[in-house]
Amino acid sequence: MEIPENAPAAARRLAEALPGALLGASEFRGQWCLDVPRERALEVLRLLKEEPDLDFGFLNDVTCTDHPDEDPRFRVVWVLTSHARRERLRVAARCPEDDPVVPSATPLWAGADWLEREAYDMFGVRFSGHPDLRRILMPEDFDAWPLRKEFPMEGLRSDRDWARWVIDRARRPEGTLP
Amino acid sequence: MADRRVTPVHVGEFQEEGGFVLSSVDSVINWARKNSIWPLPLGLSCCAIEFMAVAASRFDMARFGAEVARFSPRQADLMLVAGTLTYKMGEACRRLYDQMAEPRWVVAMGACAASGGMFRSYPVMQGIDHIVPVDFYIPGCPPRPEAVLQAILALQKKIEADRPTSQILRAPAPVAAGRG
Repeated sequence: MEIPENAPAAARRLAEALPGALLGASEFRGQWCLDVPRERALEVLRLLKEEPDLDFGFLNDVTCTDHPDEDPRFRVVWVLTSHARRERLRVAARCPEDDPVVPSATPLWAGADWLEREAYDMFGVRFSGHPDLRRILMPEDFDAWPLRKEFPMEGLRSDRDWARWVIDRARRPEGTLP
Repeated sequence: MADRRVTPVHVGEFQEEGGFVLSSVDSVINWARKNSIWPLPLGLSCCAIEFMAVAASRFDMARFGAEVARFSPRQADLMLVAGTLTYKMGEACRRLYDQMAEPRWVVAMGACAASGGMFRSYPVMQGIDHIVPVDFYIPGCPPRPEAVLQAILALQKKIEADRPTSQILRAPAPVAAGRG
């Protein structure tokens, strides 16, 4: 793969250290994003975090984007920062709709826990190796993935259904609360 | 009786003269209730910031006896829902309402609490009146502090018009046979 001339040093280091792990490098307004295969995402993140000259020690965010017309459909994005070198970098891995699984970054960053739960909650993308992959924002019995493109903005349940649901939950005995 | 709502005589005069005062039980209870509305502020978003202004010195809710914000529903008279209520938070809102002792009142502060506001979206309840009965709605996004005070004053008027004894003296409802 041809690495653009102005790509950050991290892209070149990555291509050298892990052959085949870099699928592409793209730039938007000075921000770089490296595309990697999902099987190798953890390996790549570990290299970026632990190599002293790369030193991307901080995980800003783990999120996902939905591209319903493309295959694979989902793109999971890790946003990294090197505080020492004042550099930011995005890493992205694609996963298909029928097998939406990517490796969890929790072995590298404990803070990835809730970020991945949010991505799971909103898109239904699962993170293999996550210690406790549950919904984090929506109620635990919610049955849809609200940030997928086909999900209607106003939701699927009527206000009356929701009101019934709220009052039933509010009347649960103390010991049965989640 | 032409008008049973007699304002009680000032207590200081009452003691000096050593006499007695005539009033109705209703008006004494109402007088006490309306001047000690203890709010339970359910601050859910930016309206909560505006509510703080209502409680602080410039607008000073204490002038109407409503400054004792209680964060326990068991000690509160008024649930003031200030902000965006999500369905998931609705459970807590309803649970708090159920724990309040009667008489209890609810004010929906701001567009979100009244109608969902600008959030016609999957997690936001389209008005808290889907789960709790609301006495007053305050429009605004957020409302001005004066508008919140107006709701307190309107609630005082509503309390004044109440007849508490009619509930106290009401005969207990007959127990249905064969239940249990």
